[in-house]
Amino acid sequence: MDGTSPPDADAAASKAGHVAVEDAVSTKVQKAATPLYVSRIKVHPKDVKGLYRRIKWAVLALCLAVYYLAPFLRWDRGPTAPDQAILIDLPGRKAYFFMIEIWPQEVYFLTGLLILAAITLFLVTSLFGRLWCGYACPQTVWTDLFMWVERKIEGDRNARIKLDAAPYTGEKIAKRALKHTAWIAIALATGGAWVLYFDDAPTVIRDVFTGNATLTQYFFIGMFTATTYTLAGWAREQVCTYMCPWPRFQGAMLDDQSYVVTYEEWRGEKRGKLAKAAPGVDPWAGRGDCVDCNSCVAVCPTGIDIRDGQQLECIGCGLCIDACDAVMDKVGRPRGLIRFDTLANQACRAKGEPATHKFIRPRTLIYAGVLAFVGAVMLVALLSRATVELNVLRDRAPLFVTLSDGNIRNAYTIHVLNKTHEPRDFALAVSGLQGAVLGVAGSDVAAAPVATLSAKPDSVATYRVFVTVPAQSVRGKASSPVRFDLKPREGRGHADYDSVFLAPGR
Amino acid sequence: MPTKIEKDEITGTETTGHEWDGIKELNTPLPKWWLWTFYATIIWSIGYFIVYPAWPTLSGHTKGTLGWTQRIEIAQRMEEAKASRAPFVGRIEKASLDEIRATPDLLNFAMAGGRSVFAENCAPCHGAGGSGAKGYPNLADDSWVWGGALDDIHTTIAYGIRNANTQSRISQMPRFGADGVLNAKQIDDVAEYVLSLSKRSTNADAVKRGETVFSENCVACHQEGGVGSTDLGAPNLAANIWIYGGDKATIVESVRNSRAGSMPAWTGRLDDATIKMLAVYVHALGGGK
Repeated sequence: MDGTSPPDADAAASKAGHVAVEDAVSTKVQKAATPLYVSRIKVHPKDVKGLYRRIKWAVLALCLAVYYLAPFLRWDRGPTAPDQAILIDLPGRKAYFFMIEIWPQEVYFLTGLLILAAITLFLVTSLFGRLWCGYACPQTVWTDLFMWVERKIEGDRNARIKLDAAPYTGEKIAKRALKHTAWIAIALATGGAWVLYFDDAPTVIRDVFTGNATLTQYFFIGMFTATTYTLAGWAREQVCTYMCPWPRFQGAMLDDQSYVVTYEEWRGEKRGKLAKAAPGVDPWAGRGDCVDCNSCVAVCPTGIDIRDGQQLECIGCGLCIDACDAVMDKVGRPRGLIRFDTLANQACRAKGEPATHKFIRPRTLIYAGVLAFVGAVMLVALLSRATVELNVLRDRAPLFVTLSDGNIRNAYTIHVLNKTHEPRDFALAVSGLQGAVLGVAGSDVAAAPVATLSAKPDSVATYRVFVTVPAQSVRGKASSPVRFDLKPREGRGHADYDSVFLAPGR
Repeated sequence: MPTKIEKDEITGTETTGHEWDGIKELNTPLPKWWLWTFYATIIWSIGYFIVYPAWPTLSGHTKGTLGWTQRIEIAQRMEEAKASRAPFVGRIEKASLDEIRATPDLLNFAMAGGRSVFAENCAPCHGAGGSGAKGYPNLADDSWVWGGALDDIHTTIAYGIRNANTQSRISQMPRFGADGVLNAKQIDDVAEYVLSLSKRSTNADAVKRGETVFSENCVACHQEGGVGSTDLGAPNLAANIWIYGGDKATIVESVRNSRAGSMPAWTGRLDDATIKMLAVYVHALGGGK
């Protein structure tokens, strides 16, 4: 007892076998008592210990470790490419993910990755409920971290409520200043880590601290610092309830077979404070297991009362389960009055039937099927990814040139994309026109049926190529289709490009 | 202002005292943050009025304490751009045309610079990409009046053709018809001969007569077989390439009244480095020798 509970709560607690009764009212109830427009009701979640709290800490540590450490992983790609395992190289127009390397024209891999992530989220949600919201979402992770800092500095729920109401004294100002400094420090680290994914991480860190980083880097550090501080420090559960679209449409993924946080109303009701019964009389006769201690409301990070049933605001973190289990242990009733369960199971339990859970349902089968299909398509696309590409742009001015011997010449700008880490020579040939020869602008090599183009590692080589055709090959044809074929002199790979050859048409 | 503050029962909000047929207006002030942002922008604008040009006066406008104008800014930007190009421009000034062509980064710079200067100064006559027009030679083909080597192209650009510059390239074709050197019949015959050089004549007798006329009047400049001379600026008549057109009527007109297109000298209009870049660019259009 911390002495801040109202006296009647103390009295009730002593009666109820030392179960602390929380002076917590869900935001829903608080809002119902106020007019249409009302400011946010601040939520002061209480600290809790238990299985789900431990899982939440573990996931939080894992997520933060991945976020902060991943940019420092190295992956050798030879001397011509960066050795950072995960890197989005915007100036170089490339994205690296371990052995995968993506060029701008392959951005569909990113689309595929986002589709995979979305379908996985759908599948997991339909199977296990809001695991993402409750455990892995960055909003949840950073809010949890910020709350932990707040708790360390300002104390637990009751101390914070008291501090909120207190006038500004030196102590309050000091505590608040310390809290916000700590928050901003974390936010700065968050923003700082973000830019590490866009350039060589150790270099960026050195540049940032020596003032040599680019304005863009400082801007994005500032922006993500501001959003982290605002969203995790101030907005918190409002992001989940009002800003995030995901809770709105995830209802479509959930059904009565999905795991959600449930309150066993059939055994909890009729709830009431536990009164000391006379010796020999069962204190639980004629009443439910819920002792109405409000612990579940006090620990809830979104400030709801899970006993009201399924709610949009519930992020499925399970902290109320930990709170309730602790109370059930104290009063000697079975755990799991609040538990992860399906609505169908709860209906069965209420009727005393055995709970049967169906993982395989049309919904999960469809999600799994789509997931497997998209994954397979992505895998095939990745494995068969071309290491050479060819782009051909026909010159438009002049459309064609008549040479003094009557031959017709067209000029093309050729882009050779060498996606390997070695310099390569390519043979460019043109087909579709009799007697066509290729000449490379700026090269002293005479025009020949096949031209050699070389390209540096990981780069696009640009050449201007003249295609000259004997007049009789294009007599009477204003436009003829031609195909450019590009093959490496050594090794595998092939690229072609269809273009046209223009002539006077006489 | 209403003397008595009235509260709306349903919302608990004060009214403004305005009433229309029983409908009362609630007093819902702007959010504080919005209002203060609004005031802040007003204060900001005062500073803006002082430091930047802002108010019109009878004979102009207030100048602002910073003295900022868009003209000064663009002048500064141009200076900056010039300064950033300076190292390359310096190297191009020193290098020979062949050295520029052989040095990849200089060639790259010259091609980019040449392209933009060409579009600004040359394309109005010679067309985008040097595609040419009637009276203005195509620069992408392999036929040159004054020569297609780098140095030839450079000289032509620098001093021009038939202009007031003392080093201008000059050639003068006589007006064979207008000045009575040849009669209409002879001109018709020589035109048939010129057509025969590109295998397009249909009148063998006229070609025979025209060959005599050609050897007496034209061969000194246009050479034996009409192959032309880049030293004399006499176009090749045996190729399929025509500056003014290759049909008989146009050839007759060219012989009768002569042709004397001119091109300005670019020395003095463009600096040396720019002319060098232009020469390299034009050479690379496809016809360079």
